[in-house]
Amino acid sequence: MPKYLILKHYRGVPAGTVNDHPMEEWTPDEVDAHMAFMDAFGKQLEADGEFVDAQALSPEGAFVRANDAGTGPMTDGPFAETKDLIAGWYVVDVDGWDRAVELAGQLSLAPGKGGRPIHEWLEVRPFYGAPSHQD
Amino acid sequence: MTAAFDEAVLRGVVPQVIAVLVRRGADFAAAEDAVQDALVEALRSWPDDPPRDPKGWLVTVAWRRFLDAARSDAARQRREAAVDLEPAPGAAAQVDDTLRVFFLCAHPALTPTSAVALTLRAVGGLTTRQVAEAFLVPEATMAQRISRAKRTIAAEPFDRPGDPATVRRVLYLVFNEGYGGDVDLASEAIRLTRELAALARDPETDGLLALMLLHHARRAARTRADGTLVPLAEQDRSRWDTAAIAEGARLLQAALAEDRRGEYQLQAAIAALHADAPSAAETDWVQVVEWYDELLALTGSPVVRLNRAVAVGEADGARAGLAALAEVDPALPRHRAAAAHLHEKAGDRAVAARLYAEAADLASSRAERVHLIRQAARLNGSG
Repeated sequence: MPKYLILKHYRGVPAGTVNDHPMEEWTPDEVDAHMAFMDAFGKQLEADGEFVDAQALSPEGAFVRANDAGTGPMTDGPFAETKDLIAGWYVVDVDGWDRAVELAGQLSLAPGKGGRPIHEWLEVRPFYGAPSHQD
Repeated sequence: MTAAFDEAVLRGVVPQVIAVLVRRGADFAAAEDAVQDALVEALRSWPDDPPRDPKGWLVTVAWRRFLDAARSDAARQRREAAVDLEPAPGAAAQVDDTLRVFFLCAHPALTPTSAVALTLRAVGGLTTRQVAEAFLVPEATMAQRISRAKRTIAAEPFDRPGDPATVRRVLYLVFNEGYGGDVDLASEAIRLTRELAALARDPETDGLLALMLLHHARRAARTRADGTLVPLAEQDRSRWDTAAIAEGARLLQAALAEDRRGEYQLQAAIAALHADAPSAAETDWVQVVEWYDELLALTGSPVVRLNRAVAVGEADGARAGLAALAEVDPALPRHRAAAAHLHEKAGDRAVAARLYAEAADLASSRAERVHLIRQAARLNGSG
């Protein structure tokens, strides 16, 4: 069973797409429904034996690289592009690429404003050792 | 065989056993390793075959483990010989020895994280796996961290008394670490603070114990079933643990009567006023502000200044609270959340909603972030 990383991004819903509203514009009940969906998703993964890890990341952080002297890390904004802010991840251990994409698809349908799915973009990356999806 | 296997009893004697081994000539790190080996053995064999004298059993097994390890090391054979000349440890010395294990584990040369990990293992008797689970790191990582901590304090003399204030700080860190794995660190911190309070009389240790009990009493009301936070004002006060509150208040009264006030006693006094109030609105906010004034004079802490501003907002109104907040460093973690709360109270809903959303981006946990997003959503939704 190969492992895949499913990454959630803070700015995961591109502007002008289906349900493009920042979370603070939802109602408190819509926020709760979204969080409940995420929790249920994680629990279902555990029940199916596909769960490895899930963590939430703070929006804070930095982009770091050493300078020529190998000292004084250089930081460039919080991130190269703000759309790269990662909100958290799931690590799943599944049959293969198709199942990982299927799970990311389910996660992308998390409810948002008006209870409608947000169609969030999610990044799916195989761990080394997983068969490539091009195979 | 009536003695049931009790992990708490097992853990409780750990610092005494370490102290016995050190008295007999083992260095701290070797003694701690040997006791850990004995603990793992106890966890395995006690459920089926509980010993009549848990401490004696642990001393015997740990000492055997220590000798096995020492024998394999030529340099340690000399120490082994010297051990035979050592007198057996007396009962009176053991109380002081346990206290010294506390001091050693909270040594200022250790980073706070290492001090907490070592305290949980050597004083709390947790296994490396349990400590690792509590900190959500792999066991191998925690084993390395603990080994490094022991190397750091290897040269520290066991006999020199340490600073109780450092021990209290470490215990408070344990308390605030919260939950994870199969060990409730808040309860563990309370147990260890009780031990410290029994070993060395100090009103500030009692103050810390009171503070922990008063906070811990609110535990059941602090989160909803789905894990989201319930702010103090909205908590169902009938779910607070009245026995813990009563014990905390009693300890605090006695500590304050000694007139040697410290920051934990003052924080406990504030927590006691909250515990005493039938509702958030009926809290004696004027007195809360007075305790914050005293706490601020004692510590000068920016966090205290921030909390004081929120209390001023309750005692004297939102505008007074905002004026007090203006004197607080805006870079503080919860500054925006406090500002949002006070602006909402003052009627600036749009400003408050924006500040809540900004505060959410700076939140230190997912639960706090969701809570702040909900607050912003609540104000935006009804605006």
